[in-house]
Amino acid sequence: MTVALSGQEIADKLDKQFPGGIVESSQDSLVVNSEFLLMVATFLKDTPDLDFNYLTAITAVDYYDYFEVVYRLTSMEHNHSLVVKTRCYERANPTLPSVVSLWRGADFQEREIYDLMGISFDGHPNLKRLFLWQGFKGHPLRRDYW
Amino acid sequence: MTIVETSLGLGGRLAALPPDWPGGYWWHWLVFVVIILIFVVVMVMAFIYMERRGLGRLQARLGPNRAGPFGILQPVADAIKVLLKEDIIPAKGDKLVHWLAPVVAFVPALMIFAVIPFQDGALLVDLNIGILYIVAISSVAALGVFMAGWASNNKFSLLGAMRDVAQVVSYEIPLILSIAGVVLVAGSLSMNKIVEAQSVPFILLQPLGFLIFFMAACAEVNRTPFDLLEAESEIVAGFHTEYSGMKFALFYLVEYTEVLALSAIITTLFLSGWRGPLLPPFLWFLIKVVAVFFLIFWVRSTIPRLRIDQVMAFAWKCLLPLALINLFITGLEIVALPDGLPWFLIFVNIAIMAVLILLWSRFFRLGGGRVEV
Amino acid sequence: MAIKTEPFVLNLGPVHPSTHGVFRMRTTLDGEVVVDMEPVFGYLHRGIEKLAEERTYTGVIPLTDRLDYLASMSNNLAYVLAVEKLAGTTVPERAEYLRVIMAELQRIASHLIAVGAFLNDCGAFMTPILYMIREREKILDLFDMVCGQRLTYNYMRVGGVSHDIPDEFLPALDKFVRRMPGFIDEYDRLLEKNEILLVRAKGVGILPKELAINISAGGPVLRGSGVKWDIRKADPYSVYDRFEFDIPTGTVGDCYDRYRVRIEEMRQSVRIIKQAMEQLPLGAVKSEVPHLIRPPVGEAYAHIEAPKGELGFYLVSDNSIAPYRCAIRAPSLINLTALRDMVRGWKVADAIATFGSIDICMGEVDR
Repeated sequence: MTVALSGQEIADKLDKQFPGGIVESSQDSLVVNSEFLLMVATFLKDTPDLDFNYLTAITAVDYYDYFEVVYRLTSMEHNHSLVVKTRCYERANPTLPSVVSLWRGADFQEREIYDLMGISFDGHPNLKRLFLWQGFKGHPLRRDYW
Repeated sequence: MTIVETSLGLGGRLAALPPDWPGGYWWHWLVFVVIILIFVVVMVMAFIYMERRGLGRLQARLGPNRAGPFGILQPVADAIKVLLKEDIIPAKGDKLVHWLAPVVAFVPALMIFAVIPFQDGALLVDLNIGILYIVAISSVAALGVFMAGWASNNKFSLLGAMRDVAQVVSYEIPLILSIAGVVLVAGSLSMNKIVEAQSVPFILLQPLGFLIFFMAACAEVNRTPFDLLEAESEIVAGFHTEYSGMKFALFYLVEYTEVLALSAIITTLFLSGWRGPLLPPFLWFLIKVVAVFFLIFWVRSTIPRLRIDQVMAFAWKCLLPLALINLFITGLEIVALPDGLPWFLIFVNIAIMAVLILLWSRFFRLGGGRVEV
Repeated sequence: MAIKTEPFVLNLGPVHPSTHGVFRMRTTLDGEVVVDMEPVFGYLHRGIEKLAEERTYTGVIPLTDRLDYLASMSNNLAYVLAVEKLAGTTVPERAEYLRVIMAELQRIASHLIAVGAFLNDCGAFMTPILYMIREREKILDLFDMVCGQRLTYNYMRVGGVSHDIPDEFLPALDKFVRRMPGFIDEYDRLLEKNEILLVRAKGVGILPKELAINISAGGPVLRGSGVKWDIRKADPYSVYDRFEFDIPTGTVGDCYDRYRVRIEEMRQSVRIIKQAMEQLPLGAVKSEVPHLIRPPVGEAYAHIEAPKGELGFYLVSDNSIAPYRCAIRAPSLINLTALRDMVRGWKVADAIATFGSIDICMGEVDR
């Protein structure tokens, strides 16, 4: 069985490394400050105990006050998984650092989030719209699209 | 008694038609032109039907069976449909070349039939350079294909046309070398004399030559496994993507006429043409042509197609050396036994062919692969 | 004297006999060699994720059919597992076994089309795909018996499946399962050592192991590259932990390995179906759930091993009758991440064959 690691335990580990980086944590997931995202992700990938080498999915949810981007990580070696979330509080032009340099699987998924939710990712090599055409205005998956 | 002597003697004793039957040069010409045209059109329609039905049965489905009893009128229905279609010409293409290309492709295919013997002495003209004429004329058809690809103003067509020219040019050489082997054994370039010299069909005397000729000729007429020219899954329809209506029908006709010509040539060169017991010679000719065609579309339904660089590698690295060796060995046999070839040579030749094929498949690598970009 | 050449841009698709669905590859070609390739998506984008926010939880199930329309049962299963995790519903035993039988039958059907279409791209005219469609027709007849549909089944429900199987289903399934290994052997005999297929597919379109893990590939693409990761074994869902089956893996990660992985997976699926038929208990096929399901506030993620990879549904609920957010982790889209690297340096024909061997379905990629 893939063990879903407890968000709180990992949050305690990370708090020592990156003070101030963890916003909140619970049994299922932990929420990270968006400035610390890339560092936390690198730490999670490179630490031998954790070794999260497989990015299962990146999704974005629009809770009217903020956008929440959910990263699901899995380690094939140890067969455990973790959910890392981060939030952006801007509506107009939210940005996040891109994790493409760590996991190339993020490539199309981040482009899709940019296309449908409007969140830009710094450091993405080719941030163009994925499904909609270049001149399209608006981001349809937002809750206030219509 | 050697093979060639026996057969030439027998040939003389068969009821041979005089060379200018039915009498007078122009009557002979008229009758045979009509016969050839009817033969080509009817046989092409029959081939289209046979192929579609045969392919269907080989693929676990019925073929066409709606137009007429057992679908026999399907090619007629196709012809009528294609004649009634709108003729679309690409706006930016070269109009004269676009119009001329099907003609340039079709006429040489039709001209091949001038020297195919339907019966002893029954050909349009018994050229004494028969097979050389065929080789020369069939190369012109490739020009038509390239014109079609160029004039369509379409990158897919151009890609397809260039592949075709490369393929046709490469496969000419093993083709000619394997024909040269047959000519050496028969002692003449004339098609009629080649058939007369075959009391033992040359497929037994020249097995390697037959295989090389079959494969090289399949490549010449763009049949699977060499049909990447019209590889529907890659470049849509290759050089005839932009053609519709009667011009498309002409290209379709070109393909089947060339296959018919190819079957006729194989029958004449290797399967001893119109010779056979009991039935009239014309019927034997037809039976053999249909058998060769069955083999061709059987291969089509069974194996996948090769990539262009693999096709070229196959021609240059495999077929060409084998054809040269075959020619060399045939020449050796002719020189060593100048009174004609005795019977046991059949087994010797088949053994040599088996050894060569095994050796070549062991050492032959198709190469190609990834190019650094 | 060097001949001046210049690369030209060729658009393969969106309307093309061989790109499976509407997919456009903008390739830059230098003669026949692919120098660069850019995939363009979006021709089949229907906004399924947005539509799902307007429908009830049960009303989303027909939408999920149309994701990977060649494997609808698997899509239904993944979604329904996610809702059950969210709402805390239990599923009766008989329903679990029926779900496994349908999912494995669907896997066989999907792999038949995948292998057939791959061979069609390699140029084998139509013969292999027609033979495989002949088998797929038998599977579609079985599905027709159960739920009345041949393509978009809408069979799974929250809490079980929608109908029980009719009496003639099990004998027909038994007959199919006894004859299927023979058919797979028939295909293998024609294709496994076929010279031309080996030359077209071996060593072509290699996806190295590290790259496969890094791009989050899944399914036969990942296993063909040598990674032994199958969600049915690594994180078993439904009742998969009660069956014995192997996970075929490749070694090199070329087109031929992916083809062999799919053929072997079909054999393993037949094995699972046989065990499931033997263990099938009697009982209800659906537990009592309200008509309009209102799960408590929360979120859930469920993933399954779909024929094309790891299909996951992430559902967020705000205690209303419609999902707040339904996010779909589409395996085909993610498997395509490395297509550019797999294709550069090869010829056009190889690009098509490689693309065919990854086996995508545009309904899933574009959603």
